[in-house]
Amino acid sequence: MKKIEAIIKPFKLEEVKDTLGEIGVEGMTVTEVKGFGRQKGHTEIYRGSEYTVDFLPKIKLEIVLDDGRVEAAVAAIIKAAKTGKIGDGKIFVSPIDDAIRIRTEEKGPSAV
Amino acid sequence: MTHKLITSLAVLVLLGSFTPGTVRADDTNMAAMAATNAPAAASTDPKPDPAGMATGVASDVPGFVVTAPADLSADDQKDTNKVAAYKDAKKAADDYAAQAKLEPLAVKLADGVGHNRVAINFMWTLVTGFLVMFMQAGFALVETGLCRAKNAGHTMSMNFMIYPMGMLGFYLCGFAFMFGGLGAIGTMGNYAGLNHEITWTIMGKPFGIIGWKGFLLQGAGYDTAAFALFLFQMVFMDTTATIPTGGAAERWKFSAFMIYGCLIGTVMYPLFGNWVWGGGWLAQLGTNFPSLGHGHVDFAGSSVVHMQGGVICLIFCWLIGPRHGKYDKNGKIVHPITPHSIPMVMLGTFILAFGWFGFNPGSTLAGTDLRIAVVAVNTMLASATGALAATLYMWWFKTKKPDPSMMCNGMLAGLVAITAPCAFVSAGGAALIGLISGILVVESVFFFEKIGIDDCVGAISVHGVNGAFGCLSIGLFADGTYGDGWNGVAGTVKGFFYGGGLGQFWAELIGVTTCFMTLSILSLVVYYIAEKLVGNRVALDDEIEGLDVPEMGVPGYAGMVMDKQAETPMGKA
Repeated sequence: MKKIEAIIKPFKLEEVKDTLGEIGVEGMTVTEVKGFGRQKGHTEIYRGSEYTVDFLPKIKLEIVLDDGRVEAAVAAIIKAAKTGKIGDGKIFVSPIDDAIRIRTEEKGPSAV
Repeated sequence: MTHKLITSLAVLVLLGSFTPGTVRADDTNMAAMAATNAPAAASTDPKPDPAGMATGVASDVPGFVVTAPADLSADDQKDTNKVAAYKDAKKAADDYAAQAKLEPLAVKLADGVGHNRVAINFMWTLVTGFLVMFMQAGFALVETGLCRAKNAGHTMSMNFMIYPMGMLGFYLCGFAFMFGGLGAIGTMGNYAGLNHEITWTIMGKPFGIIGWKGFLLQGAGYDTAAFALFLFQMVFMDTTATIPTGGAAERWKFSAFMIYGCLIGTVMYPLFGNWVWGGGWLAQLGTNFPSLGHGHVDFAGSSVVHMQGGVICLIFCWLIGPRHGKYDKNGKIVHPITPHSIPMVMLGTFILAFGWFGFNPGSTLAGTDLRIAVVAVNTMLASATGALAATLYMWWFKTKKPDPSMMCNGMLAGLVAITAPCAFVSAGGAALIGLISGILVVESVFFFEKIGIDDCVGAISVHGVNGAFGCLSIGLFADGTYGDGWNGVAGTVKGFFYGGGLGQFWAELIGVTTCFMTLSILSLVVYYIAEKLVGNRVALDDEIEGLDVPEMGVPGYAGMVMDKQAETPMGKA
C-alpha cells in the first residue's frame, strides 16, 4: 500500500475529488494548510509599513491506496489540479506499513 | 489592596444613596415629597424638582414674561443712559403685569407652552444621549476589529466595563465636580441649584476651578433637569473613557484598566470638563479678557471629550510600550499587526457616525434650537470628506491601495474635528474641516508609528490630534451666524477668516494647550498608581498566547482555529 499526499490549490478540491471518484477512489482526508515553494510570497503595505505574505493557503489531500492504483490516481490528480501557473502544488508518495478498518477490524489492502 | 479600594468605594456609594433627601418619590404623595426633599442647605438655594412637576413655565417661552429690571445703584443713577434704560424696562414690566391681569387664560396657556418647550428640550437631550450611549458599541467593534482575534474577548471586555465604571464614577462625584457650579440649566427649565463653583480670584478676575454640588445626584442634584443633564454628560464622559482602551489594547492588564476605569469618571475627565463646560476658567477667558473672543469654545467636545481621550491614550501607549514583535531592536517596524475583522471595524464606524448625530446636534440641549439641522448636516459632511480625503490620500500618495482601516480612521477624524465647530461653521467650512482632518489623520498615524508609539487603532491621531485641530478651526472658520452670548460674551462666534480677528483662535489655543498639559500630568499619575498597585503590562507569555484566556478565562472565539500568521511573529523581533 502507498500513501499519496497532494498539496493543491484550494479551489481545485472539488475537481480533484470528482476526477478521483471517476477512477474509483472512494475515500480521502483533507486538511487546510499553508505553505510556499520556490517562488515565495509577495510584499504588502499596512498603514505605511511593509510586510511579506509568505504563506499561501493550500489544501492537503491524503489517500492510501493499493500499489497498483497509485499511478492512475496520481495522473488523475495532476489532470484535475494543474493550472499551468506557479503554486499548483506537489504530490508525495510514501509506503504504508499497514491499514486497519476500525469498524470491522479487517487489515491490509481490503481495509482501504 | 485593590479589593479593599473597590470594597470601600462600594460601601461609600451605598451609604450615599441612603442619606436623607434621596428617598424615592411616591406617585400619590408629590407635595409631601417635595417638602421633605428640600435641601437642608441655604434657604436661598433653588428648590430641586425631582418629579418634574414644576419645571417648564411661562418664563421658558422666550420674550413672553417681562420681569422688572434690577434697581439702579447710587452710582448708576448718575448715568442718564442707564436711567433711561431703567425707565423703559420698568414700563415694559408694568405693561406686562397689567396685561397679564386682564388675560389670566393667556398666562395659564403660556405656562403650558413653556412646559411643552422644555419638554421638547428634555426629549431631545435624553434621546440624543441614548444615541451617544450606542456609540459604546461602535467603539467596541472598531477597536476589537482592528486588533487580533486572540485578544477579542479582552478588548471587548474593556470597552464593555468602561460603561458601568465610568458611569458610576461620574455619578459618585464626577458630575458634581464638572457641573456642580454650572448655574441655571437654561434650556431645561432654568433650574439653578448646581450653584457651587470653587473659584479662585486672580488679579481681581474669577477663575472657576471645580464644582462641588450634586454628589451622588442627591440634594441639589436630585432635580429632573439635573438628571437629564447627567445622562447626557455621562455618555460624553464615557466616549473619552473608551478611547485609551483602543490604543493600549493587546497588552494592558485588565486589573490596571479597572484602576483607570475608577479614576476616569471621578477625577480625570471632570476637571478640564469643568473648566470648559462647567463655567470654569477656560470658559471665563472671554469675559475676563475681552481680547480672547468668547473664551475657549467647544460646542460638542473636540477638546473636552476627544482630545482628553487622545492625550490619555498617548501617555498610556508611550509608557506601556509597543506590542511584542511589531518593532525590531532598532525601532523599525518589521511586522505590522493587521486587523482581524474589517467588517467589524466598518460596522463599528457606521455605528459611531450614527451616534454622532446624537453627539453633535444633541449638544444644543434643546430641540427648540433649530440650529440643530445645521449642526447635523455639518457633522455629516465632515464625516464624508474626512473618509474620502483619507482614502484618496492613502491611495494616491502613500501606499497605492485604498486602506479600509484608514477609510474608517478618516471618517472618524472628520467627525472628531467637526465636533467643536459644528454649530459655528457653514457647510463649506464643515466640508473643508473634514477634508483637512482626513489628511491630518493619515500623516499623524504614520508619524506615531515611526517614532515607536504603538497605537493599535490610531486613537491618538483620530481623537487627540484632530480634537485639537477641531478646536483651533473654530478660531479660523467660525462664520458669525451663531453663538450670540456664548460663555457670557455678546455677539456671535467669529473666526479669523470671517473678520473676527485672532482673539478666538488664541482662546482655542490656550484651551488646547491646557488640555494637553493637564491630561498629560493626570495620565502620568494614574499610570504610575496602576503600575505600583498591579503593574500595567501583561506578561510576555500571556501577550503571545493572547489575553483572552490568561486575563479573562474564556476565549473570545471558542472553537475557532486561529490563523497562526495573525498572531505574534516570533522570528524577527
